[in-house]
Amino acid sequence: MIHIFANYGGTLLYGLGQTLLCSVLALIFSLILGTLFALLEESPSKFARGVARVYIEIFRNIPLLVITMFFYVVFPLYVVKMNGFTAGTIGLTLYTSAFIAETVRAGIQSVDPGQMEGARANGLSFWQAMRYIILPQAFRYVIPPLGNQFVNLVKNSSTLAFVGGFDLMYQGNVIASSSLETIAAYSAVGVLYLVITMPISYYMRYLEKRLA
Amino acid sequence: MLQNFIDAYSPDNLRYLFGGLGITILVSVVSIIGSFIIGSILGIIRYVKIKYFSAIVGFIIDIIRNLPLILILFFTYFGLPNLGVKPEIIPAAILAMTIFESTMLAEIVRSGIQAVDPGQMEGARANGLTYWQGLWHIVLPQAMVKMIPAIVSQFISLVKDTSLATIILLPEMLYRSQIIYGQNTNYIIPMFVAIALMYFVVCYCLSVLARYLEKRQA
Repeated sequence: MIHIFANYGGTLLYGLGQTLLCSVLALIFSLILGTLFALLEESPSKFARGVARVYIEIFRNIPLLVITMFFYVVFPLYVVKMNGFTAGTIGLTLYTSAFIAETVRAGIQSVDPGQMEGARANGLSFWQAMRYIILPQAFRYVIPPLGNQFVNLVKNSSTLAFVGGFDLMYQGNVIASSSLETIAAYSAVGVLYLVITMPISYYMRYLEKRLA
Repeated sequence: MLQNFIDAYSPDNLRYLFGGLGITILVSVVSIIGSFIIGSILGIIRYVKIKYFSAIVGFIIDIIRNLPLILILFFTYFGLPNLGVKPEIIPAAILAMTIFESTMLAEIVRSGIQAVDPGQMEGARANGLTYWQGLWHIVLPQAMVKMIPAIVSQFISLVKDTSLATIILLPEMLYRSQIIYGQNTNYIIPMFVAIALMYFVVCYCLSVLARYLEKRQA
């Protein structure tokens, strides 16, 4: 395995960079989208709740790979050309945002309803109360599950390999087929994934314990 | 456009696709059963803290949990032949899914057991039950009830994750849809609609079940 790092270090590092870039981009966008849909689901409007419900159910119940392939195969034909990296990142964002919406919603619901009532009684509007009173408290509870979502995101970014996204998994395949040392090549890739995911998931477990 | 849908959903194509659904379900069900059994055992091992053994098992679980499933699929399908074992596609897919999902379940089981009030075990011990009797008759049944929603959502992930096995050419729905639209690009959209619907129906039924169990428990 060490000679894989020695011979293909550059390729692996490039893949690691693409994986991290894609994961961070998808995390940022899916946090925005996910929070938005969580708020819609908690809003007083029945229509907004319906829209949020449909969005969340669709993206939670269709495999990530099908979503990514849709953007990779269908979009270039009818809408706009995009490379594998873009298609993969969009797919990851939409898929993860549905899970983040559920997580954030659970966080909002874990805040004592008295907080909202108190804020409303003090003259804040629903959205003001959400923004200044509920969300800041909800996010504290939501951090460990969000961290776990990020771990999932990094792992799921390996679907980029299906669409030629030049991520870590893709480079691993390239190295495995050119060096013919499958086990060593995939082990090297595995080690690099673990370098990202293990510390995050241990830290999140620690935070979870401290919050409990 | 409508004509494309009618042509794409010819009886032959539909039969072919539903055959893929059958393979998805076969792989899912076998992996669900396997990973439930192995995951529960691993979770209990991790909870009971047998000296050294539990720590080592826990560390291996953490390693596998933090790897992408695709990598584990590659290990079983392309890596094992290097060690002299050459699995067929379906067993290789089932093996990879079972290994990966058992570690996910082990984590759910462990935290489920830990969520049971420690007073339950103390009460069981005070009433003369051994540690294992207390675990089996008192703690586990209560933990199971708490864990069921999380376990069902993990199984939903499992069903969706079977689509990743297209990378080792498992002839399930997604793979078969690609073969069909590979012959005629007009079929691309109808095929995506069809497989998205099929996955959605299977997974949505499971998530309704999860929500029902969650409500009943509360």
